[in-house]
Amino acid sequence: MNPESAGLRVSEKNGITRVEFIEQNILDEENIQQIGEALGSLVDAQDTPRVLISFRDVAHLSSAALGALITVSNRVKSKDGELHLSDIDPKILEVFKITRLDRLFEIHETTAEGLSAFG
Amino acid sequence: MAPNEINPSDENGTSPLAGETTLRQGDFSGLKAFESSFFDSLKSIGYDEGQIFAIRLAVEESIANGFRHGNDGDPAKTVTITFAITATDLHVSVEDQGTGFDPASVPDPTEDANLEIPSGRGLMLMRAYMTEVNVIPPGNRIEMCFRRDA
Repeated sequence: MNPESAGLRVSEKNGITRVEFIEQNILDEENIQQIGEALGSLVDAQDTPRVLISFRDVAHLSSAALGALITVSNRVKSKDGELHLSDIDPKILEVFKITRLDRLFEIHETTAEGLSAFG
Repeated sequence: MAPNEINPSDENGTSPLAGETTLRQGDFSGLKAFESSFFDSLKSIGYDEGQIFAIRLAVEESIANGFRHGNDGDPAKTVTITFAITATDLHVSVEDQGTGFDPASVPDPTEDANLEIPSGRGLMLMRAYMTEVNVIPPGNRIEMCFRRDA
């Protein structure tokens, strides 16, 4: 799955893969499946994945999107990689807190903070 | 009322907005049309951004659950959404054509042991964001209420 056709903007710098969402709403089941596959391919392509996902333009998401993120997180962990999330809107951050996924993911306020968190 | 129809409010805007929509699996344009009209109705009656975020999350979770789990992805089956909006509250019901489920059988996704499981958060998000959520036996209809003063 091509990241752009899945609605993702991907760039790489200093060994860190940065991912942003082009769409404001990560909801649509079909879109989530594509995003999950594209993120999975990104992780699979690296020996030790180092990925920062920015939610800068994301205004809404669903539990299916959370599920896709958990799957990515599990794959990153299985390869001893690092996954960090950043720039999450307060309303969406609340969803992470309600589901206690703020304990599973390493969440940072800004992209800069996320980038500097990599070991 | 005919499917996919939403009653406009009367001239002074005091009568409730109500409607019923039936959607098929994969009918993304139908879903988007319903959502656009539904959320515009909430906005027009004075619901704020935070309230619409909450309602949107819960309603979309219930529709997605209806398709994915209730109807088991069967494209021949439908999900029907019935709603009534007033200035003070919203009642919405989402019914699928599946055999239902027992909400007590859904594991708590916030338990440490379940945090890494990708599914099972829809119902808890509905409960977190709506004032009241009832799964009507045999479990193929969810009735939700959102009270603005709650």
